[in-house]
Amino acid sequence: MSDPFDDLDDLKSAMRAATPTPDSARKAENIALAEKNFATRQETAMQVRFTSDHPKTGFFRGVFSMFKAISTRQALTASTALVAIGLFVYLPALQQGPTDLTAPHPEPAIVDGIGGVLSGDTRVRVQAESEEADEMNIAPQEAPVMAELADMAAPMEQLSGAAQSPSIVARPAATAKMEQRSLIAPPPPGYADDTQAQTEPDTEAYPDAAPNPLKITTEEPVSTFSIDVDTASYAILRSSLNAGRLPTPEQVRIEEMVNYFPYDYTAPQGDVPFSTRATVIATPWNPETRLVHIALQGEKPALDERPPLNLVFLIDTSGSMDAPNKLPLLKQSFQLMLAQLRPEDKVAIVAYAGSAGQVLEPTPASDRATIMAALDRLDAGGSTAGQEGLQQAYATAEAMSEDGDVSRIILATDGDFNVGIYDPDELKDFIAKKRETGTYLSVLGFGHGNLDDATMQALAQTGNGQTAYIDTLSEAQKTLVDQLSGALFPIANDVKIQVEFNPSQIAEYRLIGYETRALKREDFNNDRIDAGEIGAGHAVTAIYEVTPVGSPARLSDPLRYQPAEVVATSEEYGFLRLRYKRPGEDTSNLIETPILPGGEATPDMQFASAIAGFGQLLQNSPYLGNWSYTQAIDLANGAKGDDAFGYRAQAVQLMRLADSLSQ
Amino acid sequence: MRMTVDDQQLAAAAADGDTEAFSALLGRHYDRVFGLAFRMTGQRAEAEDLTQDICAALPAKMAHYQPSARFSTWLYRVVVNAAHDRRRRAATHTKAASGWGDWEVDRQATIADTNSQLDWLTRAMRALPDELRDTLALILDDVTHADAADILGISPGTVSWRVSEAKKHLRALKEQEDAS
Repeated sequence: MSDPFDDLDDLKSAMRAATPTPDSARKAENIALAEKNFATRQETAMQVRFTSDHPKTGFFRGVFSMFKAISTRQALTASTALVAIGLFVYLPALQQGPTDLTAPHPEPAIVDGIGGVLSGDTRVRVQAESEEADEMNIAPQEAPVMAELADMAAPMEQLSGAAQSPSIVARPAATAKMEQRSLIAPPPPGYADDTQAQTEPDTEAYPDAAPNPLKITTEEPVSTFSIDVDTASYAILRSSLNAGRLPTPEQVRIEEMVNYFPYDYTAPQGDVPFSTRATVIATPWNPETRLVHIALQGEKPALDERPPLNLVFLIDTSGSMDAPNKLPLLKQSFQLMLAQLRPEDKVAIVAYAGSAGQVLEPTPASDRATIMAALDRLDAGGSTAGQEGLQQAYATAEAMSEDGDVSRIILATDGDFNVGIYDPDELKDFIAKKRETGTYLSVLGFGHGNLDDATMQALAQTGNGQTAYIDTLSEAQKTLVDQLSGALFPIANDVKIQVEFNPSQIAEYRLIGYETRALKREDFNNDRIDAGEIGAGHAVTAIYEVTPVGSPARLSDPLRYQPAEVVATSEEYGFLRLRYKRPGEDTSNLIETPILPGGEATPDMQFASAIAGFGQLLQNSPYLGNWSYTQAIDLANGAKGDDAFGYRAQAVQLMRLADSLSQ
Repeated sequence: MRMTVDDQQLAAAAADGDTEAFSALLGRHYDRVFGLAFRMTGQRAEAEDLTQDICAALPAKMAHYQPSARFSTWLYRVVVNAAHDRRRRAATHTKAASGWGDWEVDRQATIADTNSQLDWLTRAMRALPDELRDTLALILDDVTHADAADILGISPGTVSWRVSEAKKHLRALKEQEDAS
C-alpha cells in the first residue's frame, strides 16, 4: 500500500485546492487600508532619529501601537491543542535535539558570586538565586504577550478599524548603507545575509545600524559621534547566550558592551569634570594596524556632598509585566536601590497601566516602610498608557524639585507603550522640552520577548538619560546600587567627540561601535544638537582601528590621479576634540588632545579591546582575520585586573559560551 | 511598465516611500499572503482578519525592508510573525481554560461546527500543533527548507525534522480515522 504522505506533491495539490480564494470585498478593503496607512506614513514619518545620521533608516524608531485582542472558540481549541499535542512531541524532540529546543545553561557560579555581594541579607540573597534560576528555566519558552510595531508614525485613528499586527525584528541593514567607498571592503558575510541572521520569533525591535565601514583618511579625515553610556546590549546578549542562542548581529552594540564594564582610567585633574586620554595601542587581531583607545573618566564627587535627589519611579504595570522576570524583579531591584538613598532624598511612584496614577506621594527616603509597602501593592494588569504616565511623572518631578536638587525619572518597562500615544512626535518633543528643565529620564528594560529596545533607547536619549536592561537581580545590583552615583548624577551633558585623523600618518580608520550615535561633522560645534551625558564616576571608552600609512594591512589602493602623498606635517596620528556642557549650562566647553603614537596598553585597555573584539566576532566582522574566541578569551583573561564585582570573569564565561555555540 | 519590474526593486522603491510601487507590490502578493494566512489558521474568517492585520501594518514594516532580503521570503516572515502574534493574543485570553475536559468539549464543538464543510486535509492541518502546521504551510507553498528556516528563525535541520514529524501526525490521524 502506498503512503500518500511520503511524497508531499499530493498534499501540495490538495492544499492548493483546499485554499479558498480571498473574499474580493475584503481584499479591496484591506488593500485600501494598507494604501491609506502607507500614505499617512509618508506624511508623518520623515522624522530623523536624533543624534543619528542613518541615511536610509532615519525614521524615529519608536514603537507604539494598539492591539485588539481576540478570543474565539477556534482559537481556544488551537492553543490548547498545542499544549496537549506538545506532550507527544516533547520526547522525540529531545532525542533528536533540534537547535531551538536546546536546554538553557544556568550559571550557578556567577549567581553565587554576586549573591555574596548583596549586603549580607541572606533572605534577599536566596530569593535572588531562586528567582534567577526560575527565570533562566522559563526564559526560552516565554512568549511575548503583546507585540509592537516598529513604527510610531501610524496615528491612532487609523488603527481603530484594524487590529494592528506586530513587527518583525528589524533587519540588519548593511548593504543599503554601505557607502560606495566601502567597496574596498566587500560587504561582510553575515551582516545583511538573511540566511545567517537568525530571526528570533519574538517581537523585539532593535535599532538597525550596520557596523561602521572603513573610512579613507584623505577622503574623510573627520569622524564625529556622541558618547554613550548605555549598557542594555550587553545584558541582552548575555541572556541570549545563557539561553543557548547566539545573539543576532543587530542585537550587538559594541560600545554598549565595552562601556558595560567599570574601568579605572586616570581621574580628572583641575577644573574639568572628566579626564580625556587617547592612547595608541597594538591591535590584538591585526599586527599591522593600531587601536586608538579613547578613554573618558568622570570625576567621582564625594557622595556625601551630593545634592538631594528626587526620584520618580515610573512603573509599567500593564498586563505584559506580569512575569517573574518583570514586575517582581523590578520590585526587588528598587528595594536594593532604596537602601542606597539618603534620608533627605525623596521618592515618588507613578504607575501606569490602563490609566496612570500616583501610587506614592513624594516621600522621604528615610521612610522606607511606606515606600516598600507602595511597591508591594503594585499589580500587573491592563494595557499601557505610556504617555499619560510620563506626563504625570514629569509633573510629579517638577513639584518635588527645589533649587539645587537633581530630579530623575526612572521609567521601568518592558517596552510596551501601546495605548495612549496619540502623537509620538508630540511625546518626543515633550520629553525634549522637559530635558531643558533639568529633569532627566532613565529607562530600565525588563523581561524578554516584548522588549522594544529601539523605543527605550530613543526615549532615554531624548530625555538625556541612559538605558539599562535588567534581566537578573545581579544586573539590578550593578545598575542601581554599585553605579548608583553615576546613574543618578550627571556631571556633563551633550558630550561629543570629534577626531580628525592626520592623512600623512593614517591611511584608513574605522570606529568600532557607536553606529547609532554618529553625528554630522557640523553638529559638533552646534550646541543645540543633543548628545550623550556622563554621570559621576562613569568611564566611557571609544576605540578606533587605524591603519598607518605604509602598513601592509591597508585595504584600499592609493588613487592614481590624486596628489600622491600628503606631505608629512606632523607625527601626530590625529587630533581629538571633545565638547561637553556642564549640567544646567547652555554653552559647551572644548577639550583638545593630540593623538600620539607609541602608547602602552594598560590591562583596562586590553580588556576593552578584548570586548570590542568579542563584539565583532558576534557580528561576524570581516576585519578580524583569523582572530577567534580563543584569542579573545586569552586576552580578556590576562586583563581581568581586580575585577571586584566579577563582571570581567562573567564576560570571559560568555565568550566561552559564544565560542561553543558558534562551532 | 511596472509589471516588468521585479519584486525587489518594487520593494526597495516602496521602502523609500513610492506609493505606486507599494500598491503594485501588494496587488501582486495579496493572494499569496491570504493563502499562507489560511494555511496557518485553517479558517477562512481568521485568515481574512489576519490578512487585514498584515495590510494595516505592512506600510510601517515596508520602511524596514532591506533590499538584501528576497521579498517573498521577507513577506512570508511578516505573515508568520503576524500569525504568531495573533495566536499569542488569543492565547492570553484562553489561559483560563486549561483542563483536558474543556479542551475536548471545545474541540468536539468545533469539529461539529465545521465537519460538514471542510475537507479532510484542512481538518488535519488544524489538528497539527502550531509549530508543525506553520512549517508544513510554508513547505506546501513551495518554500524551500532553507527559506522556511530563515522565515521561522530556526535551523534547516529543525524544518526537516518538523516536516517529517508533521507527516507522522497526518499519517497517524489518517489511520485513526480509517479505523473508526
